[in-house]
Amino acid sequence: MAEKILMKGNEAIAEAALRAGCRLYFAYPITPQSELIEYMSRMMPKAGGTFVQAESEVAAINMVYGASGCGKRVMTSSSSPGVSLKQEGISYISGASLPAVVVNVVRGGPGLGDIQPAQGDYFQATRGGGHGDYRTIVLAPSTVQEFADMAPLAFDLADKYRMVALILSDGLIGQMMEPVEFQPAKTEKELEELNNQHLDWCMHPNEDEPNHHHHIINSLELDPHVLSDLVLNLEKKYIEVEKNEIRFEEYNISPDNEIVCVAFGTAARITKSAIDELQKEGKSVGLIRPITLWPFPAKAIDDAIHQKVRKVLTLELNLGQMIDDVRLALKGKVPVEFMGRVGGLVFTPEEVKAKIEEIFI
Amino acid sequence: MEIIAQRPKSLTDTQFSYCPGCTHGISHRLIAEAMDELGLRNSMMGVCPVGCSVLAYNFFDCDMAEAAHGRAPALATGMKRARPDMHVFTYQGDGDLAAIGTAEIIHAANRGEHITVFFVNNAIYGMTGGQMAPTTLPGMKTTTSPYGRDETDIGYPIRVSEMLATLEAPYYIARVSLLSPQDIIKAKKAVYKALKFNKEERGFTFVEFVSTCPTNWGLEPLKAFEWAKENMLPFFKIGVFKDKSIEEEAK
Repeated sequence: MAEKILMKGNEAIAEAALRAGCRLYFAYPITPQSELIEYMSRMMPKAGGTFVQAESEVAAINMVYGASGCGKRVMTSSSSPGVSLKQEGISYISGASLPAVVVNVVRGGPGLGDIQPAQGDYFQATRGGGHGDYRTIVLAPSTVQEFADMAPLAFDLADKYRMVALILSDGLIGQMMEPVEFQPAKTEKELEELNNQHLDWCMHPNEDEPNHHHHIINSLELDPHVLSDLVLNLEKKYIEVEKNEIRFEEYNISPDNEIVCVAFGTAARITKSAIDELQKEGKSVGLIRPITLWPFPAKAIDDAIHQKVRKVLTLELNLGQMIDDVRLALKGKVPVEFMGRVGGLVFTPEEVKAKIEEIFI
Repeated sequence: MEIIAQRPKSLTDTQFSYCPGCTHGISHRLIAEAMDELGLRNSMMGVCPVGCSVLAYNFFDCDMAEAAHGRAPALATGMKRARPDMHVFTYQGDGDLAAIGTAEIIHAANRGEHITVFFVNNAIYGMTGGQMAPTTLPGMKTTTSPYGRDETDIGYPIRVSEMLATLEAPYYIARVSLLSPQDIIKAKKAVYKALKFNKEERGFTFVEFVSTCPTNWGLEPLKAFEWAKENMLPFFKIGVFKDKSIEEEAK
């Protein structure tokens, strides 16, 4: 059995990224993810990679753009206010169809907010905080193990579809320590293959005529017909992603459910504790936990509404963002209620249990 | 028939979309000639800005990346770090480099990134129709300084070359002029040097071109050269502000 290491979430994701073959990392410190950049500053050079502390989150995402244009696995990380700064870069990366991994360890907002965990960036992540028609894959872990497992997944998805894969974590997962079992590190041969996987489009050394072909990394198309084609091609890609990459967890879903909860990340983990307690008392409550926030598991939520379900409860550490997607998924089939907490506060399993009991009647 | 002059191989045969009399054509050519002479065409990656030269990826015959406004030095950092076996240049105007991109250029220069930055200074924002730039001279009328730039309100033009030369890391920083044939010959020498040092991995190199914008200055091209000689050269002095090769040769 593989070794389990007790690790802080922020460090686990960094270690996992290195094992997934990431050899370029550009970032700026920000609480609550400074442990991530510090880990990278120590371990990336040891892995033979490049670490640069950028002058800002803006510079960092643009360094990612440049390195990604050369076909390399590259990552940046930040927390909410810094991820706001990256939105321009994410739009450009998306328009140029480049692969990149962005980690957001979400904290309380808006504005400077605080440094406690929150889920207030759901809209920014899933509605595309930058300008224009684009999507990013959004992965939401709920444990340190899952956070770590999302590194190789994010890189693979980003490379496969040539788009941004954003890991939407939070300050709690980033800061807490749990045992983690890592996937094996890439071998030399695998790293070589990764380095060469994008040679059909990325910038790389050229040859003289007749094989001279220069590569252009770009999102500018002044002819609206050409830009329209570009964007429609992005859409085709996104349709494929929606078809193939939806991920979610069903917890205690059964035909006995009278209430179904929908929650992601830390909120889901807390809800599971409440559900376990309620089940002991004979109250059947199920949970759908989206793991991909985009593409959103709308059908899974709809399918989970068995005959006896009278209400759906969406639980989030924000004012109500994912609840919009839940309502869209259910199309009014069943009433959707909300339990939230803002400001970096986190509800307890007891509070969740009390809320579910309140709406049970 | 013998060919004694032709388009450098590092330029494509796409016709430039620059205005008649614009000096972008000259600076493009100097860079491309130097790339040919140094054999850099196949190992070069360029970063084009937002500005009149936003379409430079159509004109340079090497790998090119289009950057967001001001971000070219950050892209260049990522590119050179990802492919240290290749060479990188950026090509930027006043707004791109001296306004929105000020942080990026200072920090790329300060880190001593092994890139070459070409800075086209024509004291105005060309592409967007002639607004004030950080390099616009006091009293100069633009579409956003219609009463003339008032230095008591919004300060003086920025001398980027001198400013970057205060940093330790940069290897070569020069300001050249494109305002006369003699100046252009000297400018070519600076461009060649900057790219040669780049090829030899010596460090960060920077060339600022004192340029014209006939269209937005409202002057015919030849009058624009005269205006620039009279008004820009006294403020933006031609010179070499840093050249570490001189100290190194002395040793």
